[in-house]
Amino acid sequence: MITQQKDPLLQQKDALLSPPVESTAALLTELITHLRKSRTQLREEWVQRITEAELLTAMTRDEIFAEATSVYDSYVEALETGTLEALQAYARNLSERIIPRGVETHEVVGIVLLLRDVLARSLFAKYRTDFTVLNRVLDAYEPAANRIAITVAVGFVQERERVIREQQEAIRELSTPVLQVRERLLILPIIGLIDPHRARQLTEQLLRGIRMNRAKVVVIDITGVAAMDATVANHLVLTVESARLLGATVIVTGLSPEIAQTLVNIGVDLGKMNTVGDLQGGIEEAERLLGYKVYPTRENPAA
Amino acid sequence: MEVPVLKQGPYLIATVQAALTDADLLALRDALVSRIGQSRSRGVIVDVTALDVLDSFATRTLRDLAHMIRLRGAQTVIVGIQPEVAFAMAQFGLTLEGITTTLDLEEGLAYLDESIKIKRVG
Repeated sequence: MITQQKDPLLQQKDALLSPPVESTAALLTELITHLRKSRTQLREEWVQRITEAELLTAMTRDEIFAEATSVYDSYVEALETGTLEALQAYARNLSERIIPRGVETHEVVGIVLLLRDVLARSLFAKYRTDFTVLNRVLDAYEPAANRIAITVAVGFVQERERVIREQQEAIRELSTPVLQVRERLLILPIIGLIDPHRARQLTEQLLRGIRMNRAKVVVIDITGVAAMDATVANHLVLTVESARLLGATVIVTGLSPEIAQTLVNIGVDLGKMNTVGDLQGGIEEAERLLGYKVYPTRENPAA
Repeated sequence: MEVPVLKQGPYLIATVQAALTDADLLALRDALVSRIGQSRSRGVIVDVTALDVLDSFATRTLRDLAHMIRLRGAQTVIVGIQPEVAFAMAQFGLTLEGITTTLDLEEGLAYLDESIKIKRVG
């Protein structure tokens, strides 16, 4: 994904960093010299603004200062060389470190915009006597600064999305256990929200489980599912039918009133769906189908 | 490709080895329906383990086959439908309504044994 993005970014950078004004390059150099010279002061000012705006509260002041220094230097370097790769890499690295500490997207965007603001103010202060020069300086500075802000923000969001994807994957792997409770009897407890992706995975695991355990009866318990939409409900019906084609009977247990309503609304053929009120009832029914008889070895003392 | 039909005790077993054309399917249907009388078999097993697709024509032919066998006094079991094939069939509504399907040949034989026993007792 990252390599795909490099090219368009570089092209845009070329377009942004070379406006038609002849002395843009010279202005930019002058600007960069100015930013280098005022490094200490502007950096301090920036950190001060970050603290005032109550951003990056998860980090100590020293940490903020250290990161601010790195960001400042990368920022100026990106302005100077026009290449965003180093900054991009730094942004990704920074995101990796601060996301686990609970830093929010708005904070990262906020600090970059603050830096942009701090630098712009210092430019205003320096060139306020000559309005024409100020205009041209801003022409050179603004597009590059915008591009940098976007790069950092996008880098952060991408990193965040990567983390989310990884977690989703981990949750999915955990989410559909197929358990054998008796010879030829499987149970499939489903808890939480079922999206189409999870529904698909569920079907796959169940059908594979039926083959592997040579199951005759499967109890799908959906007590832990509050509601499902018509697509997923339809998928459930298809799963029941596919299981039958593999020679297994499916018993669905623990349907909530909402799910019952959804199933009736999509017009499910009740002859195909074997449903029992709760998991216990479902397992008892399954045992009956399989010819098991469970009885206590001793008289129940309570009876 | 012709499907070999083996006689095993009171049953006929047809194992499909490779993808079948529509004509092959019809030939299989006719062969089984006629042999069921000659061999006085009580049941027919069609093993489709090797098939990675069962289209509407195949499904309809299998259904017709099962119904015709029933009318000739025997039972049919379709065995070995692959999980992916099963889901695809369910999606297209080809659910072989009213026809027994089992996981594999062994299950199919067990099912027929069971149902013949019940018939004898009843």
